[in-house]
Amino acid sequence: MRLDGRAFVLPVCLIILAEIGARAGGPSDSIAPPSEVLVAFVGALADGSLLLATRDTLASAFGGLAIGGAIGLALGILLGSVGALNRLMEVTLELIRPIPSVALAPVALVALGFGYRLEIAIVAYASTWPVLLLTRSAVAGVEPRLIEVAQALRLSFPARVAKIIVPAALPRIFVAFRLAAGFALIVAVTIEIAINPLGLGAGLMTAGQALRPELMLAYLLWIGIVGFALNILLVFAQQRLFGRAALVGDIR
Amino acid sequence: MNKGSCRAGEALIRFSKVDLSFSDRKILEAIDLEIMRGEIVCLVGPSGCGKTTALRIATGLLAPTGGGVAFDGAPILGPRRDVAIVFQDYGKALLPWRTAAGNVSLALEAVGTPRAERAARIDALLAKVGLPHHADKYPSQMSGGMQQRLQIARCLAQEPAALMMDEPFGALDAMTRQELQDEMLQIVRTTGATVLFVTHDLEEAIYVGDRVIGLLPHPGRIGIELKIDLPRPRDQIATREDPEFLRLRRELYEFIKSAER
Ligand SMILES: Nc1ncnc2c1ncn2[C@@H]1O[C@H](COP(=O)(O)OP(=O)(O)O)[C@@H](O)[C@H]1O
Ligand SMILES: [Mg+2]
Repeated sequence: MRLDGRAFVLPVCLIILAEIGARAGGPSDSIAPPSEVLVAFVGALADGSLLLATRDTLASAFGGLAIGGAIGLALGILLGSVGALNRLMEVTLELIRPIPSVALAPVALVALGFGYRLEIAIVAYASTWPVLLLTRSAVAGVEPRLIEVAQALRLSFPARVAKIIVPAALPRIFVAFRLAAGFALIVAVTIEIAINPLGLGAGLMTAGQALRPELMLAYLLWIGIVGFALNILLVFAQQRLFGRAALVGDIR
Repeated sequence: MNKGSCRAGEALIRFSKVDLSFSDRKILEAIDLEIMRGEIVCLVGPSGCGKTTALRIATGLLAPTGGGVAFDGAPILGPRRDVAIVFQDYGKALLPWRTAAGNVSLALEAVGTPRAERAARIDALLAKVGLPHHADKYPSQMSGGMQQRLQIARCLAQEPAALMMDEPFGALDAMTRQELQDEMLQIVRTTGATVLFVTHDLEEAIYVGDRVIGLLPHPGRIGIELKIDLPRPRDQIATREDPEFLRLRRELYEFIKSAER
């Protein structure tokens, strides 16, 4: 992603307008001028509450992503490479998939109680799907000739997965993880807003309930920054890791 | 005399009444064919007549719907490591994320060559196919001819008793094709491998083969069998000017022309 200086013109104008608008409208419970948001942001950063909440959210998001990603990867490889198994599982998966992850929250709450485990379980469920579906299609899309090469050499199933299927599908599998990481963050914050009293989502809710719009908006801003930074990091990693492989994969 | 009949009497690959249908369409019908140990048999025929299908059945990648193929007396139930396949589309058959050495290594890993011995074997194999200084190149950095040489090196790493080649040089320019024909014949002579060679180039079939089998289309069946008694080693100029070569060429052309009608 390359940023042009001109890309900042619009946001800066909007911020100035917001400042003028918010000051003209007088005190409010829902909006605050950007200057006050900035002060609240620095305050929350200084007293450590924002960083603590960030740690909790990211720990849950990545914990869930690790579990869900591992499950999705294993199932995706299995289903993508064993056609019979895929047909067997298809209906079952299509029945489970439409259940929104947030709808699992009450069930998970009864089973697990409040805390990290609740959030990790739901994030894991949510991030399993993109990894599973994209890995399955990446694996099913591996050049058939390479599969025949593996057959001709009589590679065992584990060797076929390790030497042919995963390397061939790796660039697309990484894209799956990149998308799932974005999902994981969104789901973690959603669960925190809906029921789980920790992390950035809970911080946002608490600030709103305490009638501190400037702090609420500071949290919102920060969540945006964290998501943006995460995506940039992953795009960068993708280019570094798969620059060559992605290129080769495109040409073939 | 060619070496096929020198070691006569022993069929390495035997097609017996092989039929193949895809859904309701008959692709191959009653193919009976014996390939002797050390023999180079070429399969020609109009496009779509079932040459690739016949070769895939011989490799065990595809099961016939009727009849069977035996290798060394035993029925073929699946691919075997001592039968190597050279695919026409070398670009798709090589692992783009592995170097030339890594691609050869794949076959060594499959046959269980100890790690310590692999480097020396890889060097020897790459030298054998004329790629001694390209071990660290990726397939995408190599020309078509080099990529096909690399695929052949990987096949030789399996130490195959038989090489199955599906239009291996069809995508290469004329000069490279002739070079590779001679290199292939040289390699086959030193290893004594049996070869089933599919091509649409009739002159190539006569040039490399001990025997040329012509298929008739719809459904694919054997229409002609020509014994090639040209002296070996073959020579790109002398062999192709040999009156016997010209006679065989005419006979094969006439067969193909009538087959395409
Ligand atoms: N997997 C398949 N399913 C259905 N038909 C096929 C399949 N593979 C090949 N065919 C058909 O079988 C016939 C023979 O194909 P092939 O053996 O590739 O011919 P050749 O190699 O002689 O050009 C063709 O008509 C082709 O359309
Ligand atoms: Mg073909």
